[in-house]
Amino acid sequence: MEKPHATISTQFHCPRPAHESEKISMSHGGGGKLMHQLIQKYIQPLYKDPTAILHDSTVVNSPGSRIAMTTDSFVVNPVQFPGGDIGQLAVCGTINDLAMAGAKPRYMSLAFIIEEGLSLELFESILLSIRHAAEQSQVEIVTGDTKVVERGKGDQIFINTSGIGEVAGDLDIRPGRIAAGDAIIINGDIGRHGVAIMSSRDGTSAEVGIDSDLAPLDGPVQSLIDRQIDVHCLRDLTRGGLASALNELAEAADLGIVIDEASIPVNHRVASYCEILGLEPHYLANEGRFICILPQSAVDAALQALGPDATRIGTFDSEEKGFVRLRSQWDTQRFLPMLSGEQLPRIC
Amino acid sequence: MKYLSEYRHPDAIKGLVSNIKHSASSPWTIMEICGGQTHNIVKAGIDQALSGTIDLVHGPGCPVCVTPEAKIDAAISISQLDKVIVCSYGDMLRVPGSGQSLLQAKTDGADVRIIYSPMDALEIARKNPHKEVVFFAVGFETTAPANAMPIYLADKEAIGNFSVIVSHVLVPPAMRAILSNRDCKIQGFLAAGHVCTVTGLEEYHELAQEFSIPIVVTGFEPVDILEGISRCVNMLESKTCGVHNQYARSVRENGNASARKMIAEVFAVTDMDWRGMGMIPGSGLALKGPYSRFDAEARFNTQSRPPSNVSDCHAGEVLQGLLKPSACPHFARTCHPETPLGAPMVSAEGACSAFYQYSRRSSH
Repeated sequence: MEKPHATISTQFHCPRPAHESEKISMSHGGGGKLMHQLIQKYIQPLYKDPTAILHDSTVVNSPGSRIAMTTDSFVVNPVQFPGGDIGQLAVCGTINDLAMAGAKPRYMSLAFIIEEGLSLELFESILLSIRHAAEQSQVEIVTGDTKVVERGKGDQIFINTSGIGEVAGDLDIRPGRIAAGDAIIINGDIGRHGVAIMSSRDGTSAEVGIDSDLAPLDGPVQSLIDRQIDVHCLRDLTRGGLASALNELAEAADLGIVIDEASIPVNHRVASYCEILGLEPHYLANEGRFICILPQSAVDAALQALGPDATRIGTFDSEEKGFVRLRSQWDTQRFLPMLSGEQLPRIC
Repeated sequence: MKYLSEYRHPDAIKGLVSNIKHSASSPWTIMEICGGQTHNIVKAGIDQALSGTIDLVHGPGCPVCVTPEAKIDAAISISQLDKVIVCSYGDMLRVPGSGQSLLQAKTDGADVRIIYSPMDALEIARKNPHKEVVFFAVGFETTAPANAMPIYLADKEAIGNFSVIVSHVLVPPAMRAILSNRDCKIQGFLAAGHVCTVTGLEEYHELAQEFSIPIVVTGFEPVDILEGISRCVNMLESKTCGVHNQYARSVRENGNASARKMIAEVFAVTDMDWRGMGMIPGSGLALKGPYSRFDAEARFNTQSRPPSNVSDCHAGEVLQGLLKPSACPHFARTCHPETPLGAPMVSAEGACSAFYQYSRRSSH
């Protein structure tokens, strides 16, 4: 809970008298007036019920007999990147994890670890993103926490969010339901988030011109559920990209996967960036993409529900169990393995 | 993107595969030199498509694979000194020396940075005048001019806190060593297009005549590689030898004059120890003349140890095309990318890594 005495610093810091400090200081986490002001002015407006912030925990109405719960921590450098920021990421990330269980996101917790020296202007803009993202998906922020750590002990700002979602009726979406013959659909092109972050880091984002695909996925998932499509499994593509998600599902389902390589959508700018740096788009991070596994008979309805960017990329089968195979347009086949460690740029 | 889509066009690939199958009267053994070519061959399934028609064997052209353990050990021991920043290309980081890799040294607290361009290392030196910045200059002729440039500029600008660990190797002496091996079964070569872009073709003409062997200077895309194989097969079928240039959109007969000049300015040819293959005369580059003062190993007085021969790794045979990665007794059994016995399993251009990633059967 958002309590005024919260700080992990063990050093004594003289409370600063400044009311209009431009940067987050240790005293913003020191339990005094400045911390109260920070919470009241900046964080309280995120709450639908502002009095909730004054209690140790929040009592909410149960969203249904079956709930889904998830938690995630968000660390990203830079905290603002083309197409989004860490605030939107922290809300969408948790919404998307709930959506992958077919849950409608309802409640969310929001905890910050802020590094001393973060500009209040940046903090405010992150909070604004959080508010927009939460409102867009109609998720209610009901509890939170703020800690300030000394300079050098964090990377500007870390955010943790947990979410609770409502699972309707007898929905059963999980890897255990995947069967041989099931089709794999993806909702759009891959690798945008990874390229947006990397090009920001290397100072080429203006030339590269790729925004992150960061987006909430509760809407697209709800449209599948509304049409009563028999979805067997959903998986959002985050770190490790499409390749990791496919390998995880092949292993979890103890089935093989065959992917038609040419059918994987990749924007030509993403492809060019990867080509120059010797990277593979299949391993790049995404924040607004997911794969949907469902019976062949449901493919057309699902493609219609997910819109024109969605496409079928492959099929589960009983060959080479636990492995993902990529089929080329010239009738050869290779494995698409899970990445070993991180992708490192090549010499030449 | 035009180049990429054209040189990966399914119809062109299918057409070339069919031509090669039609014209090859015996299963010729052809070695591609460059690790980049090896990866694309396995990734595009060219070896599958030509299975039974052509025996493709994989060459030594993986720069980090042939970098001696002693050089990696030197980089690690320097990285552990106070106020030192070691800069390296990304795929050098995972390769183990006699003990650790640079990545492990980084995890243990050493300041090891991945750079995209050698000039970044010089820039780090300019920005950190109170630290020593050491660049791990690794590679074949392709990276030699780019690696020479910061050394040349550091000399011009009198940047005193910059130095380099040089581990540069040359392709033609390695080809000569491979061809001189009595067990060598190679009947034709695909030479490395980017190496030849820098050096030109002079030494390759000499090799082709000396060993009566066809050499096709080849690019890296599936269509390039298949065209290279096709030309090589045509020469083998007509019993001719010589040098063909498939990669003419990049390679000129005399190479790149300014790049060659920069190499000659900073480096001199020297004998070189290749990891897994041993000493090859005249196969390396070392700092010459006044540039020797940028030698990091001399500056930090690193003790070079003889290479450890205790490893079970068969990398030497793999790098000379004498053993296919998948035929190695340790492949995917005791040797994995996470627990490698040798460099070819972890390098982005290593043949073992290519086989492990793209064509490993479910032996687990």
